[in-house]
Order: sequence, then C-alpha cells, then structure tokens
Amino acid sequence: MTRQTEGNPDVREVVLAARNVSKSYGNVHALKGVNFDIHRGQVTTLFGENGAGKSTLMKILSGVIQPTSGEIILDGQPVNFANANEARDRGISIIHQELSLAPNLSVRDNIFMGRELRGPMGVDFAEEERQVRRLMEELEEEIDPLTPVEELRLGQQQIVEIARALSVDSRILIMDEPTSALSASEVEVLFKVIRDLTARGVSIVYISHHLEEALTITDHAVVLRDGTMTAYAPRADIDLDWIVRNMVGENYDLGSPPDSDKREVALSIRNLSVPDSTGKDLVRDLSLDVKAGEIVCIYGLMGAGRTELLETCAGRLRATGGEIVLEGQEISHLSIGERIARGLALVPEDRQRDGLVQTMSVGQNLSLASIRNFTRGLFTSTRAERKLIEDSIRDVTVKTSGGGAAIGSLSGGNQQKVVIGKMLATKPRVIMLDEPSRGIDIGAKAEVFRLLAEGARQGLAVVYSTSEVSECLSIAHRIIVMHKGRISAEFDSTVTKEKIMAASGESVAA
Amino acid sequence: MSATTTNAPKSGGFSLGRLLLEGRAFFALIAIIAVFSFLSPNYFTVSNFLIMSSQVAIYGILSIGMLLVILNGGIDLSVGSILALCGVCAGAMMQGVTLDWAGVILYPPVWAVVVLTIAIGALVGALNGVLIAFFKVPPFVATLGVMYVARGVALLMTNGLTYNNLRGQEALGNTGFNWLGFNRLGGIPISVIVLAVVAVLAGLMLSRSAFGRWLYASGGNERAAELSGVPVRRVKITVYTISGALAAVAGLVLSSQLTSAGPTAGTTYELTAIAAVVIGGAALTGGRGGVRGTMLGAFVIGFLSAGLVIIGVSSYWQTVFTGAVIVLAVLMNSIQYGRGGRKS
Repeated sequence: MTRQTEGNPDVREVVLAARNVSKSYGNVHALKGVNFDIHRGQVTTLFGENGAGKSTLMKILSGVIQPTSGEIILDGQPVNFANANEARDRGISIIHQELSLAPNLSVRDNIFMGRELRGPMGVDFAEEERQVRRLMEELEEEIDPLTPVEELRLGQQQIVEIARALSVDSRILIMDEPTSALSASEVEVLFKVIRDLTARGVSIVYISHHLEEALTITDHAVVLRDGTMTAYAPRADIDLDWIVRNMVGENYDLGSPPDSDKREVALSIRNLSVPDSTGKDLVRDLSLDVKAGEIVCIYGLMGAGRTELLETCAGRLRATGGEIVLEGQEISHLSIGERIARGLALVPEDRQRDGLVQTMSVGQNLSLASIRNFTRGLFTSTRAERKLIEDSIRDVTVKTSGGGAAIGSLSGGNQQKVVIGKMLATKPRVIMLDEPSRGIDIGAKAEVFRLLAEGARQGLAVVYSTSEVSECLSIAHRIIVMHKGRISAEFDSTVTKEKIMAASGESVAA
Repeated sequence: MSATTTNAPKSGGFSLGRLLLEGRAFFALIAIIAVFSFLSPNYFTVSNFLIMSSQVAIYGILSIGMLLVILNGGIDLSVGSILALCGVCAGAMMQGVTLDWAGVILYPPVWAVVVLTIAIGALVGALNGVLIAFFKVPPFVATLGVMYVARGVALLMTNGLTYNNLRGQEALGNTGFNWLGFNRLGGIPISVIVLAVVAVLAGLMLSRSAFGRWLYASGGNERAAELSGVPVRRVKITVYTISGALAAVAGLVLSSQLTSAGPTAGTTYELTAIAAVVIGGAALTGGRGGVRGTMLGAFVIGFLSAGLVIIGVSSYWQTVFTGAVIVLAVLMNSIQYGRGGRKS
C-alpha cells in the first residue's frame, strides 16, 4: 500500500481523508483499516469487485453510515457525521448507485427535495424551476424541470441525480457508479461536467465497474479487495492490467464462445412488433432465430428496444404483431408461468425491482420459480426444496452463509447469481438475460459468463443483452445489434468493437 | 451491504432485547394473563378461558383471512360487512325461503345453510379480488366500496330488523344451528375448534404449499413474482375469496352464538382483525408475517378487553387500551423491520 508522500508536486491538498477506517456488520468485516485520501480538484477513482467495500467506504465518507473504528478527516480536522445531511452541509454529496428519486414528483421537486426554496407565498417554484433549467443547460440535457421523474429514461434519471448533487454546491462529490445506465453520449456529457467541476476545485470520488471509462477521467486510482486497500497510485503510473491485477489478483478473461453442438432452432421470433403506451413501436417487425446450444448477444444503446424484445418473449409485454415460437410451438398467448414451464426463462435487467423478493431468504428466492416442480399433491417437499437450494447455491457459486440468509445480505454480484440460479432451476431450454452484468464486478461477470457457456455446451439456448462492447466479444457465437427497435447488423464472433459500435448508431469518438 | 433480517443473527450470542422483540406478542399475552389473574380471582379459571376463547374465535377467524390479504400486500375492509351479510343470509334461510312462484316455503337443512352461506361470503370476497386484480382498483378503495354495499344489502334484506330465534324447528328438520355457537367437544367450544382448524390449515398452506410461497412472494415484490411465473392475479383473487369465506364462517359462528342475525353485526370488526394481524408482527406492506403471530394478536386483544370487563373498567377505557396496544405493536414492527438500514 502506497501512502501519499509530502512534498510530491503532483499531489494537491488533501480535503477529505479516511484514517484506519473499519466497518463491521456482525461477523462480516466490510472494511478493514482503510486509509484513503481525496485531493482538491481531482478525480479519485475507487476500483474493486462487488463486496470489496467500495460502497461501504463511500457511505462512511458521506455520513450515511458511521465507521466501527477509525476517523474521517475533513480539512485536517477529525469530523463525525451523524447523518448524510450533516455531511452535505459540510459540502459532501453522494450520488447512490441505486437511484434515490421520488418517481411521482417532477424533476424540479426532486432536485429541491427536503430543501425547498422559501418565498413569500410558500415554496418559490419559479425560482426553483429557473435554477433547474440552468443546471440542465450546464449538463446539456434537454429535460424539462416539470417532467415527472417516472417518465424519464433511466439515463436521464441519473442525470437528475447528478443535477441534484450539483445544486447544493458540493466541494466533494461522490459518484457511485454514475454511468451504469448511461449511453455513450450521456457519459461524454457527464465527463465534461466532471472536468468542469474539477477545474472549479471540486473533488470527485468516482466508482465504476467500467474500467476503461473510469481510466479516461481519473487522476488517482485506489483499489480495494475484500475490504482492504491493495493499491494506490496516480493515473500516470497505472494501466488497465494493473487495476485488474490488483482487483481480482487472477485471470479476468470473460471467456470465448463454447464449442457446442448447435442443433435445431429453439426460439424463433418472427416479425415481432411491440408498441409503447402511445402506440409508437419499441420493437419493429423483428425476426430472430436462436438455436439450441447457441449464445446470442444483443447489443444496443438504451432505448434500442432490447429490454422490450426480451420482456415480450417472456410474456410481460404484449406484442401487436408477429409470432414467438418455442421449439416449434407458438407461445404468444401463454402466461409468463406457462412459458417458464415450457422452458423459456428471463433474467430481468433490474434485479432489485424485478428479480428479487427482498422479504424472502436466499433459498426462497432460488426456489420461487420452480416451486411447482416439487409440489406433491397439496404440499411442497421440504427435502426436494432444500436439495434444489443447495444445488443452486453450489452450481451458480453464490457466496452466502446458507439458504436461510437474507437476500439483502448478499453483494450485487451474488444477488444476480441468485436471480440466474432461480431461472436455471426451472430447467429452461432457452434463457434470456437482460444486461446480466449490470452493476456486478469483473469476477462475478466472468463467473456468470462461464455459467452461460457451460449451459450452452449442454444444449441451452442463451440470449443476453449488453451495452458494453467488450461483453459482446466474449462467449457469444453471434452478435445482434439493435437500433431503434430493429436489427441493424448481425456479426459473428470475429467482429471488431468499432464495427459493433458503428452499427448501434453510437459515436466511436469516445 | 447490510442485513435487514429476522432470521440471520447479527451478532453472536443471546440477546434478551432481541428475544423480547421477536416474541413480543407472546410475552404481551403472558403479561396480560398474569396481570388480570392478579387483579381478579375469576380471571384465571378454565371456564373463563373457554368463554374468552369463544369470543376470540370470531376475531381470530376474521384475522386469519385478513392475514392472508395483508401478506399479499392488500387490505380487506369489507370483512365486517360480509360477516353481517352472511349472518343475515343464514338467518333468512333458517326462517324459510319463500318461493312465490312455486307457492312453497323452503327450509333448507342446517348443513345446506352453512355451505350456502360460506359460498355467499366467498363470492363477495371474489368480487373484491376481481376488482383489485383485473380492474386495478386499489384494495383499500375496492373493499371500502364492497364494505358499504354488503352492509347496505344486509340492511335491505331485513329492513333493518334482526332475525331472532334461529334454533329451527324439529318439525321442519332444520334444528342444530346453535350447535356451532353453544356446543362443546371434549369441553372445548366448537367455535374454538373451528378457529384451531382454520389456523392449522392456513398455517400449513402458508408454510408448506406452493400457493403459500406465491402469496409471500407476490406480497414482497409483485413484479419479481410475476416474472418468476407466479400467477399473481389468481393468487390475489384466491386470497380475497378465502377472506370472504372466512368472514362468512365468522358470521355463522356469531349468529349461532347469539341465535340471532342482525344487519349491523360485525361493525368495525375489520379493524379489530387488522389490529390482530399487526400486533402479530405482520408488515402492512406485505410479505412478512405468520399465522402464529396473528393468533397471538387476536388473543392479546380478546384477553385484554375481557380482562378489563372482568375487573370492571369502563368500556371507554377499553377502547383507549386497545388503541394503545395497536400503536405500540406498530412501533415494535417498525423497530424490527426498520433496523439494519437499506441495501448498499
């Protein structure tokens, strides 16, 4: 571990520092004696797998939680924040990984939530609106201050979060995975904003699983592994390999297309059209065949129609035209449960909202989709269920204290594995995964992809969507690029990143 | 990350506070029994416990139906009215159904009255379920509406009067209606046995059947449950149907105990049932709770108000005490489910 050295001309004034900070939850040590500096007007990026302690550290710095031991030093003085508001008053803001917006309120009301501007007639809405418009101009986003947040795309919602943090004139801005839902052009806007902010002397703490992206913006890199800081260095001294080596300490290869026996067509989508609530087509006249044993990757930007395509196949959304044929049988009229019983499973994009039941244990989540299979007469077989849970935990390598553990006690990657394990337990013929790597670390990502490759080798048809090009060029036999509801290009696994991005309508300049 | 859990211990070792918190309904019941036994020599007697239990039975049966609805993330305000409607229907059938076109008066046997009454309750419950599951009416509003409609129908049927003397007549072959309310098996009132059977069946359903798991899942996260293939609409309709049917059972027990059926019976019983579920530790947001807790909750309310009567406290004070217990229970619930904080 390298510590900041006095007199180094490259290192500017330290505004916020963590000294020997530890945090334990019962027997789980989320952080072990971490020393961490934030420099004025610079971007410090935290790297680490899920569960390495990044989010915990950020929450401590921003006053959301308190450390078990150690201290936080702000401008050379030890401080003790009782809550996030105290930290915010001292100029520290955090943008959480899971958005914390009220979807029913407008952009304006969200940005000023809890600190509404007082006027002579109650809240000064006009002034608030004016400030929001200015912020949105700064961010180069055309979001009307009066739009309800629920009508915005996920990427735009993230921009609103950022605007909210900017609106309090923070000196230190902590961003926990701000780009996970942004398109390439939105990321460019964000990075421009970050550069403006640092030029004004604002310090940024940045967390991202998108390593290449983070490297383009950061000034310092801090790497955490299992709650311990494993490395610390300025940008000039490091590269991607260095980070990955320190993060996982092992090979991070996402894999290559498995040699599987591609046989008959398992899933056939023919001329599918899916409208949104206003009747505009989100998916237009799309046809796609997936063979058993084949892995197909669907690449596209936000709003390209990937999620809608997969959710229509799963039965959540209704198509206005076209057919969905599973192993020779038309399934468009079937319910979600019937489709699962026939062997078509979906792992949804948003695991908190659509994937997990937070009030149930790890085991109950794992067995939820397949519980019909071990119901004998009226009652479920406890033994069969326990066996299924134990097998699933082992097969998808969930790190947990057991099937009875609370689902909230798992890290993001392990939660994702639970969702995948739940659907694999239904013994599907075709599995569709919507952004399976969203918000999970490299190690978990590699394990998920290895699982999918193994499934394909045994004859499972796999369809997954992604918005990271590097994930297209891993285990997929075929890469489909979607743009505005249609397939704009189709490639085999030898294609280059540039070609994929060009077909998606994305600028390659970034 | 953090644990928001009741089953994964946070720190090793025995914690008295935690034990008290988790078993709060049980300890509250023990405390109530102890205090009243101390205050009145008549409280801690077998006969008093049996009398109190047969009173609890009605609330208990209602609250099990309510538990299922609340686990599903809903609420059923109509059970008190369904209870009255079903009681009135049973009363009408016991008094004879006049068929003008055939010129006869039918006196159905008691078993037929029971089956038909439960069917009526289930039907009204199913109406709730359909409104909520298919027409997306919020449960609070849908059951509020049905609460008024059912009460109104009950009043219309009787013109506001009460059916008295439901004992039936030997000559008509429809005696035995009061068996449910008055008789005992092995010294235990039938109503208490009915409650026990309902509780055991509901407990088995929740813990051992796929339906029970679906119920918890769709109450905890409906979207995730739906995408896991859970037939969430069917679960919803079934839950409200069961709640309606159990309200009918409670209506039968009540009118049998009174051998009369009035259209204003069961007013505000739905609130008592909700209170029992909440005191039993279930979360009003759905997904958490169980039959054991709800039963304890029903007994806490029943034994508390009976105890206050026995020691001669004014009925106005009873209302105050019951309210205080409910608030305290919700407070404890939020301590139990609220600690540990949010997910990272």
